[in-house]
Amino acid sequence: MMAFFSEHGMELIVKTWEHLFISGAAILLGVLVAVPLGVLFTRIPQIADRLISFIGILQTIPSLAILAFFIPLIGVGKIPAIIALFVYSLLPILRNTYTGVKDVDGHVLEAGKGMGMNNWESIIKIELPLALPVIMAGIRLSTVYLIGWAALAAFIGGGGLGDFIFDGMNLYQPDLIVAGTIPATILALLANWLLSIIERKLTPKGLMKSYQTS
Amino acid sequence: MLEFKHVTKRYNNGGDKEAAVKDLNLTINKGEFVCFIGPSGCGKTTTMKMVNRLIDITEGTISVNGEDITKQDPVSLRRSIGYVIQQIGLMPHMTIKENIVLVGTLLKWSQEKKDERAKELIKLVGLPEEYLDKYPHELSGGQQQRIGVLRALAVNPPLILMDEPFGALDPITRDSLQEEFKKLQKELNKTIVFVTHDMDEALKLADKVVIMRDGEVVQADTPDEILRNPANEFVEEFLGKDRLIQARPDVTTVQQIMGSSPVTVNAGESLKGAISKMRQERVDSLLVVDENNTLQGMVDVEMVDLHWKKAENVEEIMDTEVFSVSKDSLLRDAVHKILRRGLKYVPVVDESHKLVGIVTRASLADIVYDTIWGDGLEIEEAVAASQ
Ligand SMILES: Nc1ncnc2c1ncn2[C@@H]1O[C@H](COP(=O)(O)OP(=O)(O)OP(=O)(O)O)[C@@H](O)[C@H]1O
Ligand SMILES: [Mg+2]
Repeated sequence: MMAFFSEHGMELIVKTWEHLFISGAAILLGVLVAVPLGVLFTRIPQIADRLISFIGILQTIPSLAILAFFIPLIGVGKIPAIIALFVYSLLPILRNTYTGVKDVDGHVLEAGKGMGMNNWESIIKIELPLALPVIMAGIRLSTVYLIGWAALAAFIGGGGLGDFIFDGMNLYQPDLIVAGTIPATILALLANWLLSIIERKLTPKGLMKSYQTS
Repeated sequence: MLEFKHVTKRYNNGGDKEAAVKDLNLTINKGEFVCFIGPSGCGKTTTMKMVNRLIDITEGTISVNGEDITKQDPVSLRRSIGYVIQQIGLMPHMTIKENIVLVGTLLKWSQEKKDERAKELIKLVGLPEEYLDKYPHELSGGQQQRIGVLRALAVNPPLILMDEPFGALDPITRDSLQEEFKKLQKELNKTIVFVTHDMDEALKLADKVVIMRDGEVVQADTPDEILRNPANEFVEEFLGKDRLIQARPDVTTVQQIMGSSPVTVNAGESLKGAISKMRQERVDSLLVVDENNTLQGMVDVEMVDLHWKKAENVEEIMDTEVFSVSKDSLLRDAVHKILRRGLKYVPVVDESHKLVGIVTRASLADIVYDTIWGDGLEIEEAVAASQ
């Protein structure tokens, strides 16, 4: 154990950081794209369901296959890894944003519109705050998955804890595999915990109490 | 203030479906409280939402203060019109204060101005200031409904639309909110369009009641006028027999119950002629009229007896200070007067003071009988007071 740390300690920290960076960047991109897209979809409900199931199909493609696909398209390295993971983060965030915003109480929206809110004010002041718990659940789900999948980034030269796992498999060294897996799991748990704190901080007070009492 | 001209709404699903609102024409004056009432689906909500452009008009025009609403920016139009929706629709994630001054926030009011306004408003409905920091779910249904109404008042709009604002309340809370609100409306001189299912509510609050059926206005009039002259059977049925009977002593006119052939004598008639008329008709007094049947006064047997030797004709001795009522006056008022003055009868006259009938104490017996059937207490009180 000690021997392992003295040999790979530095590398472990670097790989963990890489891992965190890849999945964090992918999630951030995912949020930036999927949340506005999800809100947009609520404005076109006639075709939104079809669009979402189409994006769902993308996600049924095995992750390894997608990564392999990306090599000829965008080469290898960190950026392709982030892009591939980003594609995977989209669906849960998109779907939750869409459902969360769509399920906001219509009467509340009508009251807002009737009092003279424009579309933008309605989204910022009503729809996003009220849908926030659902959107955050989507982001958390995405993050946990992505931290797991980010191990595959090593496959296209993206680095991260996946490097340990692949090395371990190639060199028949189980301790390397464990050295990649355990930190990844801890990362996922930590991220989940952190996000739940953020979620609680962001959730409007008026909503939190009503969830507790109902 | 608010004018509907040939307003028609057709929802565009299912092709040539019947219009939800058909050729609606209506003028609502400033300061008026107008209630829309009618069976479910008759187009009340549709009519109201066309005013703040939540629903587009198919044909015709609506103007607010003489300005066509379709020529205005819908967002600023809505900010200038108060709106209370049936389901309250408070923002669950905002405090009561934020809810109340929401339109102020949209209009970029300063925080101080909003704070001040919120405090001012919450006093109006008798809730303590601490409530401003609570969230909607911490309030009872009735309290939430009050906040919903306050929210519509926040930026002091001259026109307020209210869709069944007291709909989901228990009768007692509703009653007290109605009273509070009517008082408020009078004080603030607002023009109010109010949709309701509840006829009692409409009759109680409205200056004008608009009764609708199948997208058309059946009758638009004051509550009194509607009770007195329901336009047709539908209105009668909608009002209900109970209400019509109950309303009768309130709105019946003297003309409807008076006796139409009072015993009269001409002013120029001799005293002898008068006394023989009394004998003939078995009465002890006569109403004196001139040749045009205009009421001049009255004579009774005592007066004839007293002046038997001194006077030639009725005109010289008659009592000209006769209390009379107009044929269009409310029966209720006439009854009060008769009882209070201890009169045996009251002559009924038209606009030019011509004698057209008489109300006697005997006819009052019929009314009291009706009133007891109709469960009205006022006349009973009057009877008690007169004894
Ligand atoms: N969005 C809509 N699309 C199609 N038809 C509609 C729509 N809204 C209302 N209608 C129809 O228009 C008619 C009038 O509806 P409206 O909501 O104005 O009735 P209402 O008088 O308010 O009834 P209630 O007392 O039940 O609230 C009804 O026949 C209804 O089915
Ligand atoms: Mg309605």
